Amino acid sequence: MTSAIEDIHISRRIVHHYGRYWYRFKKNKLSMIGLGTILALLLIAILAPWISPYPSSAGLYVNFAQALRAPSLAHPFGTDEIGRDVMTRVMFGFRYSFSLVGVVLGITVVPGVILGLVAGYYMRRWFSVVIMRTADIFVAVPALLLALSVASVLKPTEINVMMAVSLVWWPWYTRLVYSSTSSLRNEDYVKAAELIGASPSHIMFSEILPNLLGSILTKISLDAGWVILIGAALSYVGLGAPAPTPDLGTMISEGSSYLPSVWWITLFPALAVVLVILGFNLLGDGIKDMFSSSIR
Amino acid sequence: MSVVTYTSKRALYSVISLFGLSVLVFVLARVLPGNPARLALGPNASQAAVNALIAELHLNAPLPVQYWYWISGIFTGNWGISLVTHRNVIIDVEQFLPATLELLITAAIIDLLLAVPLGLVAGRMENTYVDNVVRIVSYIGIAVPSFVVAILLQLTLGYGLHLFPIIGQLSPNFSAPPHITGLYVVDAVLTGEFGTAANAIWHLILPSFALALGPLAQEARILRSAVVENQNSDFTLAETARGFPERTITMKYLLKPSLIPMITIYALDVSSMIANAFLIELIFNWPGFSRYGLNAMLSKDLNAIIAVVVIAGILFVIANTLVDVTVGYLDPRIREQVGG
Repeated sequence: MTSAIEDIHISRRIVHHYGRYWYRFKKNKLSMIGLGTILALLLIAILAPWISPYPSSAGLYVNFAQALRAPSLAHPFGTDEIGRDVMTRVMFGFRYSFSLVGVVLGITVVPGVILGLVAGYYMRRWFSVVIMRTADIFVAVPALLLALSVASVLKPTEINVMMAVSLVWWPWYTRLVYSSTSSLRNEDYVKAAELIGASPSHIMFSEILPNLLGSILTKISLDAGWVILIGAALSYVGLGAPAPTPDLGTMISEGSSYLPSVWWITLFPALAVVLVILGFNLLGDGIKDMFSSSIR
Repeated sequence: MSVVTYTSKRALYSVISLFGLSVLVFVLARVLPGNPARLALGPNASQAAVNALIAELHLNAPLPVQYWYWISGIFTGNWGISLVTHRNVIIDVEQFLPATLELLITAAIIDLLLAVPLGLVAGRMENTYVDNVVRIVSYIGIAVPSFVVAILLQLTLGYGLHLFPIIGQLSPNFSAPPHITGLYVVDAVLTGEFGTAANAIWHLILPSFALALGPLAQEARILRSAVVENQNSDFTLAETARGFPERTITMKYLLKPSLIPMITIYALDVSSMIANAFLIELIFNWPGFSRYGLNAMLSKDLNAIIAVVVIAGILFVIANTLVDVTVGYLDPRIREQVGG
């Protein structure tokens, strides 16, 4: 009986906390704009095949009769050099951007965090030193450059681009978690848990990790913007998703050879990239403020 | 701990990082799919030629042995032959690196000259319209990719207003100054060709601003929040109470501690500019190292790719060591932490 009552108590406490966090997040207008932007763009990406004006423009499609049309009611963002609807391709382009974010962060955050926890908890042991030195080496080369090098040697497919970006991403989480863990491990509550015989994994995952959620979530949201930026840069130089997959970076680069008279092929995908990065940054700042104890 | 011991300790760490980086690059180059000899000779080469090159490059030896051959080649100036230029990669590095360094140095200067005043003013005038303007500028700087900034600058200030040249390092009616350092501006000033120097600077402004905008936006925000934190601290209150002029408090006592978090990011940003320079040099047709590196990547020129990554790593380590030393100078507590 007592345990059931405790459970209720705990779940109430969590709900109470969530309510407070949500209240803090909601208070900041910019954070809400960021959240709204990301949700709207995500929805557009998911529903692109049904809500875009010319879904066939996303695939192998050529219509020279309609090539290089300026923005109009029929084509709000104009058409490109082979007659594809730019608006449709931008909407589909978000799919590639979001899936890059999902895959890269999906496969790097968990290992990165675990390595950081282990290295921080067992500080000064040999494997901890090995983990952190390895992370330092990966960090010593700019992420974009390392991703470019790896992507250039691999075959240009969507999966390989995702692998190349993932390879350079994990050390940032390891370093973030390491520095917090190595200071938290000397806190009294960790010492107390050790004294009553809690296992290292319990201490790492149940005692230390919950304290780091705020900074990890903030980093995930800010990183989502960076991943999209790197993905766009890779595509811009021709190391992105292969044609005809709609890809915002590729569209900017292909359109830029028609500048300055034909500006719409470049401008709209560029604005799309800016919008999604801005959204993730506003969202990340909102999450950071939500978890920071100081009230502004 | 004295500054000298501290500096040498940081330098030692850097050497260890560089060694690790060389292993990483080597492993990547060997583990990734594709036989380096086949890649070097192209699909039309005979199997015998490929086998000969495999023997020459010791590609059949165990990996540690191969690493030994490779790293001793790096130290003796044998960086392998580039597939694109058909020369030793080190000669290419010497030819193309100065133009990129010139771009990076200019961008680093613009970055610092704009980020510090923006961050300082925004922090001192917290929650006023000035602060909000800086905030909007920094959000734009962070969200707009550098290659989009570059294209927009070309379109508006180049094609549109004809204020700046659109591509290249010098106007066609100027010839390159005599080679001393390889940096056009420096060489032109040294040889007294001030017209050429001015023309080179004029060409540098747009590409380096495109490179600097993102980093400076981020650094201004970091500096702002450090200033806000420090100006609400007891030591600022004490200085205000003693009647120090606002100017002295801001420039002397507030700026120094507030710069520390910014400078750490500054080092990271400046050293990662070499990667963004890949796109900027492409857009501005800048005959630099990054464009060379990009061509190398698009044609799978392994030796050249390795050289680019190694040089970028060296730049990073140099920038970071400089920053560690600067931060150690600004904040004696950090020097103490590393001791022991």
